[in-house]
Amino acid sequence: MTTTRHLHPARPAGATGQRVTQARVVHSEWTKLRSVPSTAWSLLAAVVLIVGFGALYCVLRVTRPPTQPEAVAAFDPTAVSLTGVQLAQLAIGVLGVLLVAGEYATGTIRVSLAAVPRRLPVLWGKAIVFALTTLTLCLPATVAAFLVGQSILSAERLDISLSHPGVARAVFGSALLLSAVGLLGLGLGALLRSTAGAVAGLFGLLFGPQLLAGLLPAAWSDRIYPYLPVPAGAAVANVQPDSLALAPWTGFGLFCLYTAVVLALAAWQLRRRDA
Amino acid sequence: MIEAHGLTKQYGDKTAVDGLTFTVRPGVVTGFLGPNGAGKSTTMRLILGLDAPTSGSVTVNGKPYQQHAAPLREVGALLDARSVHPGRSAYHHLLALAQTCGIRRSRVDEVIDAVGLGEVARRRAGGFSLGMGQRLGIAAALLGDPATVILDEPVNGLDTEGIRWIRSLLQGLAAEGRTVFVSSHLMSEMALTAQHLIVIGRGRLIADTGMEEFVSRAEPGVVRVRSTDPAALAALLRSREVAVSEATDGALAVSGLSTDQVGRLAGGAGITLLELTAQQASLEEAFIDLTRDAVEFRAPMTGGAQP
Repeated sequence: MTTTRHLHPARPAGATGQRVTQARVVHSEWTKLRSVPSTAWSLLAAVVLIVGFGALYCVLRVTRPPTQPEAVAAFDPTAVSLTGVQLAQLAIGVLGVLLVAGEYATGTIRVSLAAVPRRLPVLWGKAIVFALTTLTLCLPATVAAFLVGQSILSAERLDISLSHPGVARAVFGSALLLSAVGLLGLGLGALLRSTAGAVAGLFGLLFGPQLLAGLLPAAWSDRIYPYLPVPAGAAVANVQPDSLALAPWTGFGLFCLYTAVVLALAAWQLRRRDA
Repeated sequence: MIEAHGLTKQYGDKTAVDGLTFTVRPGVVTGFLGPNGAGKSTTMRLILGLDAPTSGSVTVNGKPYQQHAAPLREVGALLDARSVHPGRSAYHHLLALAQTCGIRRSRVDEVIDAVGLGEVARRRAGGFSLGMGQRLGIAAALLGDPATVILDEPVNGLDTEGIRWIRSLLQGLAAEGRTVFVSSHLMSEMALTAQHLIVIGRGRLIADTGMEEFVSRAEPGVVRVRSTDPAALAALLRSREVAVSEATDGALAVSGLSTDQVGRLAGGAGITLLELTAQQASLEEAFIDLTRDAVEFRAPMTGGAQP
């Protein structure tokens, strides 16, 4: 460190075109995402969780196959092979929180916002990069979990084919839902700025409404239940929806709407508040 | 060029920056001086558009910072050396910054070499010392080859070699015609680096002056003199209506006369001198005098601390 060269001015003659654009900020956010090892490990862990936990649960079910006719009828081989998705949801949601709240914790956000003073491109850049990354990883992961799971279940002839009605939609829908939960976490991180607060907010949004709805009279809670975030989102990931659930894509659309509201609030706060 | 007009920032009831009006000109290093909590960092955040002013305005290179299409190319800033993700390498930290406005990859390597971080650029920034963090922050500030450079306490945590390096770097940047705005709470450091001074205290402007002017305004020096007969010497000097006080070791502190004058007087009276030294009132003292009323946090000067 004792040798330091003097820096020559390096402003090129034609410095035009060097302006901040959304595409450049997306590129920058991609560099940020891939250059922190812990983020890469967390994403990998989510993939392992999806495939590994699904396979484990399938093995468990194969060793004790359903025998009663009703139990056989109710057995959902897709859901069994995708059990890991529910755990991965939490991991990816928390990672989404960390992606933004972590910048506030380290103070990096000031560097980011000084580079992009219009601010919103930073939030959109993070959201685009994270959504695409999680989707790129989770889509193959849910397909793999399904295929591995079915090959395990086939030992007891409990398996189902991807071409069976609703199955492909549930497998792809699970991956989409994972991305959406990630974005929800990211939005909460940007809105609340603190890791602890945003993780609490995420868990509160995912689990709180069902608990509260349970306190209401059954007639009311049955009516509200399908519109709560998790039941709405889960509609797209289930082959056999329960009788109360919304139609698969309606439910997923509603979940995306909730996420969009959180992101919009985060964007509004980002513009308004001091960094 | 940085121009602030009536810049004011309140956080709740507390006024952090209070009606600051100043201009930072290109071509010289401008020191931004004030005690801790004076509002230096807040002012810098206001310049960079990170905080919105309660009232007033500030422009950089003629425009509010937010309106620059490529802000990194206009203004390079170091606000906090720890503003790096600990898991990310210095190289990727700078690369991500460069990519926001299409600065080429080779420029990243250039600034890394220029600040002397070449060997550690690929390591996690979490393991960096404060001094290395400062160098990384300066690399980030230089990345866009900006016309204006803003550095908040850049010498913090640097070793002697690093401090000397910063000094010549800042003077070099100013010599190239850039605007260089550097904050510090240490007058002694600014005295060696800056040609112009903006001093604030409790968010208000206290002085906006050239360094030479500031130095010449500093109080005249004191002459320390030790002799074989301090009582006689004191009597002799007091007859000239000069302020004389006795130090604990029998030496006299004389203000109002030069060493030459004291020496001649003593020689004329046949008093043997053992020591005769000019003690320049330091810039630090001048600065402390200037900001005495504006110090935010001061240790209580009561009880055991007093001699």
